[in-house]
Amino acid sequence: MLTKLHQNNRTQLLLGLAFGIVFGFLLQKGGVTDYDVILGQLLLADFTVVKIMLTAVITGMLGLHLMRAFGWIRLSPKPGSLGTSMVGGLVFGAGFATLGYCPGTIAGAIGNGYLDALAGGLAGILVGAALFAALYPGLNRTILPWKDFGPITLPELFRVNPWVVVLPVAGLLILLLYWIESAAGS
Amino acid sequence: MEWLELERWSPYAVGIGLGILSWLSFLLSDQALACSTAFARSAGMLERLVRGPKVLDKPYYRKFVPKVEWGWMLVGGMVIGAFISAQLSGTFDWRWNPGLWERAFGAAVEPRLLTAFGGGILMGLGARWAGGCTSGHGISGTMQLALSSWIAAACFFAGGIAGAMLIYRVLA
Repeated sequence: MLTKLHQNNRTQLLLGLAFGIVFGFLLQKGGVTDYDVILGQLLLADFTVVKIMLTAVITGMLGLHLMRAFGWIRLSPKPGSLGTSMVGGLVFGAGFATLGYCPGTIAGAIGNGYLDALAGGLAGILVGAALFAALYPGLNRTILPWKDFGPITLPELFRVNPWVVVLPVAGLLILLLYWIESAAGS
Repeated sequence: MEWLELERWSPYAVGIGLGILSWLSFLLSDQALACSTAFARSAGMLERLVRGPKVLDKPYYRKFVPKVEWGWMLVGGMVIGAFISAQLSGTFDWRWNPGLWERAFGAAVEPRLLTAFGGGILMGLGARWAGGCTSGHGISGTMQLALSSWIAAACFFAGGIAGAMLIYRVLA
């Protein structure tokens, strides 16, 4: 659906900008453009980050799977392996704790005027990304293909109808949020 | 329109907003909300400025061509969106050190700047290594129920929690 719109490059650039403005606005209003809030989450003292992420995942997951069932959209799950998702994920985690922003929230932090994000973090991320581009041919022959599973989704992995996973996951995440709220209140 | 001037919104309102934004980006742009690829493209553009067009032959930059595209505009827009939100609520602040950092490590600018730079290198490396970040894997990928994204998101937080505990419970 809407393939003409998807192929209109100029409109898509403007749409990307518009989506970004809303995205950055929401992150700032959520408080997650702030180092203290992100570190608070990683120190398990402030659960704002997890609350925002889980609510976004529940809302997004239900809507995307519904729109896919109607044939309105196609999903684009990323391929992966333990060598990419797990090893890279842990390197990312170390950076997450040290920098205190992630690639999305650092854009918001810069808009917020935070100079550690602009002068330190942004420069670092660009160097890190260039470093990965330099290391990529070697890593691609060694670690990255380790336990490759491709762009598989959980319903495909379990060979079930997507809703058999979507609904229980939504239920579990809602329970998790409920538990976080009640633990914080007591 | 007072709600636009509030300093903070409920995390649940923000989360629902991000979820709906994801619907729209799949529907109108055939794209998932994701940020870290834009940093790889920017790194390539900067490398090209310094070292010339041969940079474009690197296998990684053939895969992620260094150019301004949808995802790059998205990240640019995020700076603007956060700026607007911060201006409306009066929380915009030219600030060097975050409060938590300053209470633990003091007011000098250089230690935080160097830590942020080093952390940024790990983050840029890790995000490209994992093939996505807190947005691309953590939000957009998990909502598509991608196996890669659930593993990556778990490792982002496992590594992040371990690192934060080390910095604030051991080193500080």
